[in-house]
Amino acid sequence: MKMTGAEAIIKALEAENVDTVFGYPGAAISPFYDALLDSGIKHILTRNEQGAAHAANGYARVTGKAGVCVATSGPGATNLITGIANSYMDSVPIIAITGQVRSDMIGTDAFQEADITGATAPFSKHNYLVKKAEELPRIIKEAFHIATTGRPGPVVIDIPVDVQNAVIDFRYPEHIDIKGYKPTIKGHPGQIRKAAAAIHAAKRPVICAGGGLITADASGEMLELAERRSIPVVTTLMGIGSIPSDHPLHFGMVGTHGSQTANYVLHHADLVVILGARVGDRAIGAASTLAKKAKIIHIDIDPAEIGKNIDVTVPVVGDLKHVLRDLLELVETGDSAEWLETAADVRRKNSRKTEREADGGPAGCSTDACGRGAVGMQAADTEYVNPKYLLSILSDYLPEEAVVTTEVGQNQIWAANNYRVRKPKTFITSGGLGTMGYGLPSAIGAKVGRPGSTVVVISGDGSFQMSMQELGTMKQYDIDVKIVLFNNRRLGMVRELQLTRHGGRYSQVFLDSNPDFVALAAAYGFRGERISSDVLVPEALRRMTASRGPYILECMVDPMEPTL
Amino acid sequence: MAKHILSVLVENHAGVLSRVAGLFSRRGFNIDSLAVGVTENPEVSRMTIVVDGDEHTVEQVSKQLNKLIDVIKIKRLDKHESISRELALIKVSANAATRSEIVQLVEIFRAKIVDVSKSTLTIEASGSEDKVTALEDLLKPFGIREVVRTGVIAIERGNRIIKVTNNEESDSNGKDVL
Ligand SMILES: Cc1ncc(C[n+]2csc(CCOP(=O)(O)OP(=O)(O)O)c2C)c(N)n1
Repeated sequence: MKMTGAEAIIKALEAENVDTVFGYPGAAISPFYDALLDSGIKHILTRNEQGAAHAANGYARVTGKAGVCVATSGPGATNLITGIANSYMDSVPIIAITGQVRSDMIGTDAFQEADITGATAPFSKHNYLVKKAEELPRIIKEAFHIATTGRPGPVVIDIPVDVQNAVIDFRYPEHIDIKGYKPTIKGHPGQIRKAAAAIHAAKRPVICAGGGLITADASGEMLELAERRSIPVVTTLMGIGSIPSDHPLHFGMVGTHGSQTANYVLHHADLVVILGARVGDRAIGAASTLAKKAKIIHIDIDPAEIGKNIDVTVPVVGDLKHVLRDLLELVETGDSAEWLETAADVRRKNSRKTEREADGGPAGCSTDACGRGAVGMQAADTEYVNPKYLLSILSDYLPEEAVVTTEVGQNQIWAANNYRVRKPKTFITSGGLGTMGYGLPSAIGAKVGRPGSTVVVISGDGSFQMSMQELGTMKQYDIDVKIVLFNNRRLGMVRELQLTRHGGRYSQVFLDSNPDFVALAAAYGFRGERISSDVLVPEALRRMTASRGPYILECMVDPMEPTL
Repeated sequence: MAKHILSVLVENHAGVLSRVAGLFSRRGFNIDSLAVGVTENPEVSRMTIVVDGDEHTVEQVSKQLNKLIDVIKIKRLDKHESISRELALIKVSANAATRSEIVQLVEIFRAKIVDVSKSTLTIEASGSEDKVTALEDLLKPFGIREVVRTGVIAIERGNRIIKVTNNEESDSNGKDVL
């Protein structure tokens, strides 16, 4: 069928079952936007291209499908960059389509020219500069394949405006064969046997569950393994959701900002089973000492992650669902009761300690309680809202499949340690890049991807102001996202770092001239409310979750509130 | 630290070289030399990369290179099981008094004189990296004006070949770790 390059892009997107794209128009992408008018694909106009990239990411994380974002050349494309890098670090499949200046102008510093394939090479899984319109169908097919298979990641397709205008004979390829791209799916049987033997031999095993489990839809298999051997499970930040927070075998999040219990269990184990985690420095700091004390089984789809940051006893390359299923064939029922008892003891001690430290405040303010023990407690009349308390009861007001996204900073860690997550793909956060301004647009993407689910973003006053223009997107498309805004009038996480590492010399962390966020909500026609006491939290949460439409719940938080 | 030779088959299109070079600088790997040219298959180029580093580094280099979609295959060449060559053009100062001594050296090294002027000789030398370096060292006292070296290229001995085959790919993906 004869059509323009731009029409071919749309046809290809339709062939890939894309229902929604997030984007922002401009001259170099205008043929695409023209062709879009005749398509059933829905377009969400964000208020900044970065919002489009984060929204595509949020969409991808809740649906498991690739998220698509579109921008014009030059500044449009460079605005996408943070979202592309963010998706790369968290292995999220997005397709970024950018317009480019006319082919014959490339390299001349033409108006709005930027070398986006060069710029994104370090943090995209792959990228393409399309030279001929005939290549479009194959390239788009490849891009979706690469983005969504193996270890997922962002793929950039840069398309000069003349290529969009050229007329081609469209045929969408059924098969593609990329010589240099053949991800390993099935694990090596010999290695899986070794892994099973190591699990049988271990006295103090622990499972460290990463985001790869959620990507591979293998949380169920992981739980089966944990339950069959009564193995304690700790998660990374990205692994939150792979096990329900109140599961008896769940011992919290590891790392710099994790719980004492999780770190204790990890570092006292004699076998660590790392599943779909890349052993990042924030998660497993002392990787080399860990490897000296314990045997390490590392299962990951990306061979380059195995042995990169930690010496591994039993490496297995493959898709976690396949590998765990094969492993479960070999693993026998059993337990290490004494070890589990020790771990549970540590948890009990730690959560009691933190409760005491919270000085009579409502329970649930415990990093180690992971949302246990909060329910039914009486809230006290306080001067501020305790964010840990709010988060520990938030799930009581939300259905199981509700999606929570977070910004970055203390708000993120409070949420990670205190919100009770019940299902995979319902806790969405920026892990590897730690991108402020991610939470709101990713919540928009999540709501578009799962319109039937309640979506709440946990925000900080700093991060919120990096993306608050996206309130406009929510208004335009009636995207019902609830915003819990922890206003501590500080860049809280950095403030705390300056306290602990720079002796309290505070530098540029004050946000004392914040706008009136409730009035801001009203300016967009949204409802909002400001509270500053724990006693008001339950009713406020009830009002927020019962209302229809976007909502800002601004919670005044003690500027000195610690992260942990 | 030791030198390791990697033979890398890549897609023969624009941008691949910058992807490979970018990966090295980004991940802090040291390239000693990189030589690239097309192969018997016009769609495929072959890079010979000499890497300086310990075992862990070379394994990481291979795995990270493997992740580039444009990289089709990587093989580490065993020094003893392969032949490696480098070509150099060396322009050295020469006058009536030194010329014959230089010519002698060139003969011993089975190199060639490819250009002569009143005050210079230009020598074409090829061989192992060590041999080329040895000749360069011996020529230094005469006054080296300019040196151009291609970087090492290498091929395996005997009937072994490195080919683009589909089914072997997953094998090489996991090989270093299994
Ligand atoms: C784009 C970006 N810029 C800077 C940082 C560094 N940073 C990390 S946390 C943080 C403070 C976040 O403040 P806020 O959003 O108010 O959250 P809080 O820590 O107070 O909960 C900053 C500046 C970052 N992570 N991302």
